[in-house]
Amino acid sequence: MTPLLEVTDLRVTLHTARGPADALRGVSFTLQRGDTVGLIGESGCGKSITALALMGLLPDGARVAGSIRFGGQELSTLDEDALCALRGGRIGMIFQEPMTALNPLHTIGRQIAEPLRLHKGLSAAAARAEALRLLQRVQLPQAEKRLDAYPHQMSGGQRQRVVIAIALACGPDLLIADEPTTALDVTIQREVLDLIAELVAEDGMGLLLISHDLGVMAETVQRMLVMYGGTVVESGPTAQVFERLAHPYTRGLFAARPQLGLPRGTRLATIPGRVPELADLPAGCPFAERCSRVVDDCRRALPAPVAVGPDHAARCLRLDAKEASRA
Amino acid sequence: MTAPLLQVDDLVKHYRLPRERLLATAPQVRALEGVSFTLQAGRSLGVVGESGSGKSTLARLVMALESPSAGQVRLEGQDLHALPPAALRAARDKLQMVFQDPYGSLDPRRTVLHTVTEPLRVLHGAGAAEQQQRATEVLHAVGLGPEALAKYPHEFSGGQRQRIAIARALITRPKLIVADEPVSALDVSVQAQVLNLMQDLQQQFGLAFLFISHDLAVVDMVCDEVIVLYQGRIVERGAPAQLFRQAAHPYTRALLAAVPRLQPGLRRSAPPTPAAMPPAVPAGAEGCAFLTRCRFADARCARERPPLRDLQPGGLHAAACHAAEAVTAMPQNV
Repeated sequence: MTPLLEVTDLRVTLHTARGPADALRGVSFTLQRGDTVGLIGESGCGKSITALALMGLLPDGARVAGSIRFGGQELSTLDEDALCALRGGRIGMIFQEPMTALNPLHTIGRQIAEPLRLHKGLSAAAARAEALRLLQRVQLPQAEKRLDAYPHQMSGGQRQRVVIAIALACGPDLLIADEPTTALDVTIQREVLDLIAELVAEDGMGLLLISHDLGVMAETVQRMLVMYGGTVVESGPTAQVFERLAHPYTRGLFAARPQLGLPRGTRLATIPGRVPELADLPAGCPFAERCSRVVDDCRRALPAPVAVGPDHAARCLRLDAKEASRA
Repeated sequence: MTAPLLQVDDLVKHYRLPRERLLATAPQVRALEGVSFTLQAGRSLGVVGESGSGKSTLARLVMALESPSAGQVRLEGQDLHALPPAALRAARDKLQMVFQDPYGSLDPRRTVLHTVTEPLRVLHGAGAAEQQQRATEVLHAVGLGPEALAKYPHEFSGGQRQRIAIARALITRPKLIVADEPVSALDVSVQAQVLNLMQDLQQQFGLAFLFISHDLAVVDMVCDEVIVLYQGRIVERGAPAQLFRQAAHPYTRALLAAVPRLQPGLRRSAPPTPAAMPPAVPAGAEGCAFLTRCRFADARCARERPPLRDLQPGGLHAAACHAAEAVTAMPQNV
């Protein structure tokens, strides 16, 4: 069966003031209908660039190599018109900041109707009726009244529900959610994550969730890719990644995260140093400068993924012999 | 007995909104509705709550950036909002603030030296040599070398910028630092560095923190006491060990239940929804603000607002809920 999304050795070079920057250095993954996959990492690791590359929304001057196949169709070479036909149609996207994702000058109803009219050619009346159904589906209270409301009249959580309704309008096969709850309160975050999980399960679409929060990943996705310095340093089923923490960076991320129940005055384990700039990534492992297990070989070339379990791999030369042999 | 470092009494702040029609009365936002607490020198008080709960209004009133509608903010016994301007300026030495966004809180056109020493110039008129020396000291305290002084904010990462913002707060040798979401804009690995730094500085300089955060885990770790705000009122107060493990207010429980945990596959069922029809509020009565979201709500909650009351002798743990004892007795998964 053709996977819904198959990304192979995706490389993106951005044009920056400081010269070309390798924002992605060979990202590969596949996603089937009904799969939920998470991209986790810190700012500058390439997770949002991956999403933008999938949507064909990279900044001007960006060079893309490798392949992105969506339902068997190659996306990286499609022209803008063909991409427009996909975006908002078969690929839906939920953005991080619902205030900037919505147009402040248009009513909610009009913004939800837009993809319906564009992609499905619905009449104004039919699109409005469908918009109402979508607002009810994302559980927005008083949906009928809200159709004629403007974004500023709603709270952050309500706006994010509207953004989700727009992303779902045309019944996409793939839903990309880029930090969908980062701007929201923790109680609202829970509601929005539950809603996304429910909708994905009901429609059987594929979900690519981007987040910096390990807790969000743990509760929402089946598989996760840990990104650092433009590469996937570890990938596998969420439960296995959490159990093994094979890559030193994954381990560092876990140790650095405050958790409820730590006694007052606990010192968190930190990862020394800082995230490398994409414009001057080292030739070898991007984590080498911050890694406690680094050896000379790490700096020579980007380590290849090493299997550490079924469907679970880490790009590290220093995995314990025991870990590698269990594969 | 000496006065506590910070004493906040019955603080109220109402904002007036633009009127909707010419002759209508202007609607009000009741941001704070009578908040009281004390903070002793060298201790940390955490303030948690959702957006709109009044956290940032509280910070602005404690910093004397705005005047309250009623109530007092006393710093070492002095009512900040009753002080004449010159005396208030003198008192500002003792209280400094660290903001959430280290990209917005540093002037991009000023060198680090200029930014960090600005409080000294404004509050003391310190000379150039003293400024340079004090700036070098505080940068050292936050782990940056003297070479940083001549640089501009864009040359630093987010974590380093937040260190610079903390250095600026330290330079007046304050006793109280109000930190409004100081780490929520930072990456996890950098957030840990800044949290450790703040704890070190607290020990080193005997600082008190008013630590505002939406991240319960962070507050749990760095604070001696926590207050939970809901719609401008304290609904629960206590030591984190107690409050986060045996919460007495249904709102605190809801906050805790919403925190994602690090256990994959464990999709906890959504928290129980409140009764479909919350009890109706009788005319003229002002019930509990949490009524519509609470699954314990009954007629009494609609009739009378629960006051903040001590749950144990000594006032260490208090909650504003009629059913606090019953809620406390329920098991809680942390």
